[in-house]
Amino acid sequence: MADAKADLNGPREKERPPLVRIEALQKTYGSGPGEHRAIADISLDVDDGEFACIVGPSGCGKTTLLRCLSGLLPPSSGTVKISGKLVEGPPAEMALVFQEYNRSLFPWMSVYSNVAMPLKKRLRAKERDLVVNEALHAVGLEGTGNKYPWQLSGGMQQRVAIARAVAYRPAILLMDEPFASVDAQTRNELEDLILQVRHEYGVTILFVTHDIDEAVYMADRVVVLSKPPCSIVKILPVPLPRPRQQVATKQLPEYTHLRAEVYGMIVGHA
Amino acid sequence: MSKRQRLLLVEVLVPCALVVIWYVISLNSTSFYFPPLKTILGNFWSFWLGKGFIAQVVPSIERMAIGYGLAIVAGVIVGVGMGLSTWAHDLANPLVEFLRSIPSILLIPFGIVVLGVGTSMKVFIIALGCAFPIILNTADGVRSVEPTLIDVARTFKLSGWTRLVRVVLPSAGPQIFAGLRASLPLALILMVVSEMLASTNGIGYSILQAQTRFVISEMWGGIIVLGILGYLVNLILTVAEGRVLAWHRGYRASLLGKAPTAPRARRNMKARTGRPTVRQEERRG
Repeated sequence: MADAKADLNGPREKERPPLVRIEALQKTYGSGPGEHRAIADISLDVDDGEFACIVGPSGCGKTTLLRCLSGLLPPSSGTVKISGKLVEGPPAEMALVFQEYNRSLFPWMSVYSNVAMPLKKRLRAKERDLVVNEALHAVGLEGTGNKYPWQLSGGMQQRVAIARAVAYRPAILLMDEPFASVDAQTRNELEDLILQVRHEYGVTILFVTHDIDEAVYMADRVVVLSKPPCSIVKILPVPLPRPRQQVATKQLPEYTHLRAEVYGMIVGHA
Repeated sequence: MSKRQRLLLVEVLVPCALVVIWYVISLNSTSFYFPPLKTILGNFWSFWLGKGFIAQVVPSIERMAIGYGLAIVAGVIVGVGMGLSTWAHDLANPLVEFLRSIPSILLIPFGIVVLGVGTSMKVFIIALGCAFPIILNTADGVRSVEPTLIDVARTFKLSGWTRLVRVVLPSAGPQIFAGLRASLPLALILMVVSEMLASTNGIGYSILQAQTRFVISEMWGGIIVLGILGYLVNLILTVAEGRVLAWHRGYRASLLGKAPTAPRARRNMKARTGRPTVRQEERRG
């Protein structure tokens, strides 16, 4: 994140290739008169270990962008590269946390099985058990392994989804408005949880949200998107000290200033 | 007494009361067509649970079990194929819709010509008739798997087989069971009818024989056997469904906002029925 300058649409020279490189990404749904341009043109580099938040007005194509990044949706043009490798399908070094926890967890499996499921191919039963329990511990869910996800509250279900993602040991964690359907206090808890998990697991995070406070509070860089068809309005470095704290960090004048700046950009372009 | 116990009591007592009433009223019956229940039960005991059981009832159960079993296997396989591939669905759907609108009883003459009057003909007819509800319901269930779960399976790079067995089939489970429930009575009907039309043994054959020999009490006894058999197979399916789909009732209740806030922890992974929690939710709602 050191040289993460807001150099928008040009190729950059660096010593090391960035972990994620998005180049001239475009996405149009349909064709002819009914076509819908979701992404106009996006180029972005994300470094190893970075926490990047993508904010934009609602309906601006954030989810489309994330789906293109994760290889779930082929872009109309442009490329996404991870460690220099072109993304053509979901890459093995990536995990996703979806907004709707009640749709992204397998309701017929216990919490434990949900977390263990993606690891079946990679790890033997003994190691798997260790990894799963560690992940459940990391998200504060020890002892709930035998329950079904739907027996838990919304915030706890999203913790299960987070545990499943980190147990997978991804290099990149994509999060699509993961806290949009939980209440405000739970949301703050989960924000801190993510920061802590990131600290423990050293994972690179791309976090999509429409919540400006959340973006500024968590990110190393905030990527502000325009209204659709979306492009990058600005990339703002967030030089707030870490570890971030819900009360202390949000009282800092820089925080307030950054928050206002992002807000101005979003409202200005909404 | 809990609500559940009361329901169970009603479920047992009402039929018992009806049987007693029938027994008492028919005690002095001289009607040829409606012999006293006492006579019918006597025959039921001596013939249907006696020598008739091995000779007539067991072959029928066997045919039904094999036919229904084949229908489940074939129905789920074809249904999954139609559900997974739009191409297969478009190709097979008109044919399936056409075939299922033909009452499979009509295929019995064809079955007799091709397979004879033996067990294989009856198994074929039962399997054919029962397969269609299972095919259509399975295909429906497979097509309506939550897209987010498919995305999850893709991002975690689950193999095709794992995706099918751990994601698609459980997700389609409720609808597969709906198909199983719809085709169970068909299995019973097809078993009886195929035995009535062409057979040398079986419940349907015996009932018809009893009727032509004017042994009316034996005919009634066979009808009671069929009733009990139908009730038992339905009970087995209900219990199986309750076990396999225990998660589904709780999940649905939780979607409707009736989730228990402090769920009871299950002691081990085997105790998957979770029925007490589900029942509590229902009452709360």
